[in-house]
Amino acid sequence: MAGMLDTGFFLAWMTGAAEAVRRHRDRLTGLDAAIGDADHGSNLDRGFTEVRKALTEWPPTSPAQVLVSAGTTLIRRVGGASGPLYGSLFRQLGKALDVPVTPAGFAAAFESGVRAVERLGKAAQGDKTMIDALAPAARALTQAVQEGAGERKAFERAARAAEEGAKATIPLRARKGRASYLGERSIGHEDPGAASAALIMAALAEAAA
Amino acid sequence: MVGVVLVSHSAGLAAETVALARGIAGQDAPIAAAGGDDDGGLGTSMDRIEAAVREVDQGDGVVLIPDVGSSVITAGLLEEPGRVVLADVPFVEGAIAAAVAAGGGAALAGVLAAAEEARCHRKR
Repeated sequence: MAGMLDTGFFLAWMTGAAEAVRRHRDRLTGLDAAIGDADHGSNLDRGFTEVRKALTEWPPTSPAQVLVSAGTTLIRRVGGASGPLYGSLFRQLGKALDVPVTPAGFAAAFESGVRAVERLGKAAQGDKTMIDALAPAARALTQAVQEGAGERKAFERAARAAEEGAKATIPLRARKGRASYLGERSIGHEDPGAASAALIMAALAEAAA
Repeated sequence: MVGVVLVSHSAGLAAETVALARGIAGQDAPIAAAGGDDDGGLGTSMDRIEAAVREVDQGDGVVLIPDVGSSVITAGLLEEPGRVVLADVPFVEGAIAAAVAAGGGAALAGVLAAAEEARCHRKR
């Protein structure tokens, strides 16, 4: 089964993430309209559309190339903070992956990707950001592979942890990002970055299903 | 001379702050604007920041001064310790202090320190 996490798998993940962002664009923008500047859905959709274009125009030949290309494109083409943040996640994940990719190798590389996002954004869990979905996903992934789960089960658990993490941002008061200017008024809304992170992790699970 | 790049969500704010800082520091101060997204709308553009860094880079280092949010995060991706550094300072006051120090021939650490001192300047 270890051979399943090949270049084609990572292309399917990025394509699935792009489709999910497209499907949920208006919901993400709606969440951002409540506590941000109402551009998260359209920004990410533009970025992932460019990712698909880049992956078609310059077909990657390794998992790392898929992720580094996707990450670089997001950094350059999103125009909001989520571009550099997701871009750093995918680039670090790609650089930290050893071939052939195993579930355990993926889990460790994903942890290092989430650390890169935390460093760049100076955010921690509980600040009401994408970290509230990504950090629990990384922990669930690591725990799953330690218990011997294969990629399918491990990615499912990561996706569920990300979704729960995103929903858990609703009662939080934002301490980072545009929503932090709202103070108390940020309470009661799901963080759009955590919501999009949950979509990206769901696409990971779907690519392995 | 050390270069200074002002990174703002707004192309107008970045350009006008460069004009203000030059007016105070002198026209020779190597300072450039990287405002707005790729299309000039509100946002941040890696391409614009990189172009501004190239414009002011004379080999003595570059100080990036971002305003808020994605400006800080995008500029942070370009940091190279000892060569390209991010100043966590008030945008206007920091830009003026950095431009004056850079125009006066201060080294990278000196320009960064001058910008950081701007955080403590009381207006009255």
